[in-house]
Amino acid sequence: MPVITLQLVIFITVAALAIASALGMLFSRNTVYSALLLVFNFTTVAFLYFMMGAPFIGLAQITVYAGAIMVLFLFVIMLLGTEQIARIEQLSAQSVAAVLLGLVIITEAVVVFLLRNPTSLVVTSGGDVVSVNEIGGLLYSQYLLPFEITSFILLVAVVGAIILTKQEKPAGKAVEGEVKK
Amino acid sequence: MVIDSAMIWEWVIKSVAILIFCTAGFAYTTLYERKVLARMQVRWGPNRAGPRGILQPVADGIKLIFKEELIPAKADKLIFVIAPVITVIPALIITGVVPWGPDITIGGRTIHLYLANINVAVLYIMSITSISVYGITLAGWSSNNKYATLGGLRSTAQMISYELALGLAFVGPILLAGSMSLQDIVAAQAKSVPFILLQPLGAVIYMIAVIAEVNRAPFDMPEAEQELTAGYHTEYSGMKFALFFMAEYIKMIAVSTIGATLFLGGYLGPFLNVAPWLGPVYLIGKVAILLYGLIWLRATLPRIRYDRLMAFGWKVLFPLALLNVVLTAAGITLFGGK
Repeated sequence: MPVITLQLVIFITVAALAIASALGMLFSRNTVYSALLLVFNFTTVAFLYFMMGAPFIGLAQITVYAGAIMVLFLFVIMLLGTEQIARIEQLSAQSVAAVLLGLVIITEAVVVFLLRNPTSLVVTSGGDVVSVNEIGGLLYSQYLLPFEITSFILLVAVVGAIILTKQEKPAGKAVEGEVKK
Repeated sequence: MVIDSAMIWEWVIKSVAILIFCTAGFAYTTLYERKVLARMQVRWGPNRAGPRGILQPVADGIKLIFKEELIPAKADKLIFVIAPVITVIPALIITGVVPWGPDITIGGRTIHLYLANINVAVLYIMSITSISVYGITLAGWSSNNKYATLGGLRSTAQMISYELALGLAFVGPILLAGSMSLQDIVAAQAKSVPFILLQPLGAVIYMIAVIAEVNRAPFDMPEAEQELTAGYHTEYSGMKFALFFMAEYIKMIAVSTIGATLFLGGYLGPFLNVAPWLGPVYLIGKVAILLYGLIWLRATLPRIRYDRLMAFGWKVLFPLALLNVVLTAAGITLFGGK
């Protein structure tokens, strides 16, 4: 039985909020609310990163997912006027596959959780486990090749988005901007 | 780090001090702006409420409290009500990482004049900036008004575009100081010179990008009244409108504070080692200078057309910011940094 500490209380609160917002995102019939709940979910996950002593990853999570990607989702929802989802699901085959895959992931998580080695998961200290300098150093030395490949893929995506949207000039600018972000 | 009750009280007092500074600063920035604009247009400006008009913000506040609050019938009520709140909160919390003086000792207890010294302070500022677009977008959408929606979308597009140049403008001081902590950046400026001398291009890019971030003239596209009436806050009245107004001015103060810290040496100034309390005074002085610049621009420049604004952000400011990063990095490698 673990001792109830302040950290545990905060963890349980944040985790409950994360799960609640994720469920709310799934079940909301209004896509704007879904998007906002997903933003909230990303923020709570960022809080979990903070608690694990990884502020860089937490803030990157907020900047990239909550701040940039979800804004684009909201953009599309608002511009297309698709706030309400129809009651009848059109993707019935996909939903069966989704349930099956979801069960696989849950089983996997439970198995890993039950079979884990308790000592291997202990966080060494409350301080900065991952500092910005370390991440930068690792990215440019040990992981240089994957880093460069990722940047190349992103470049291809940016160029592709620009070419795809080139015909419609006035609308093209905003899309170009969004993808670069 | 041991957390005792005195420390928690210290944090609470500092947080309240920041909030009071921001809100009182907001009230008097409106008066400052009206006075400066008036003098630039050879007028007197507000001079009826109190001596030289210093009670004008109080009078404005009382007026706004008693205004009727309207919610459009077909608005999304929940989002309509929380959107102004979502807009104000990032503006209030963004200055939490800014140091406003050296350590002082009161009654044998050393007090750091900052709320939080985190090693990713600049990233914190970036992430709060990226969150702050939500309030405006949602306000525009929930009003169920086409002008408001267009205003909200425009400002979002504008803020996302200029965020990139803003982020790259931060890189210069980070490279020169070798740290993302604002304390370290100020300390590095104490050892050399204020970074505006080493980063003139970076400082200019920062100032242009933040004007677009806080939607001020000449980049106040979302509120272009000829095209969009009042943009995203067309449907807002009373205290909800006041919250948007407040967010704009607090953001002005916040970006001036961060700009002063990154490029003008923050709280540094002469005689700081004999009188540490001068730190906040210097910082506020530098903030007032930058605010004057923002107001001056509003008084001088006409609004830029929207497509030109986006083209300027992507085709001029962004490449210049990238160039600045490359030049700074090359300079540090060649001549040695830190």
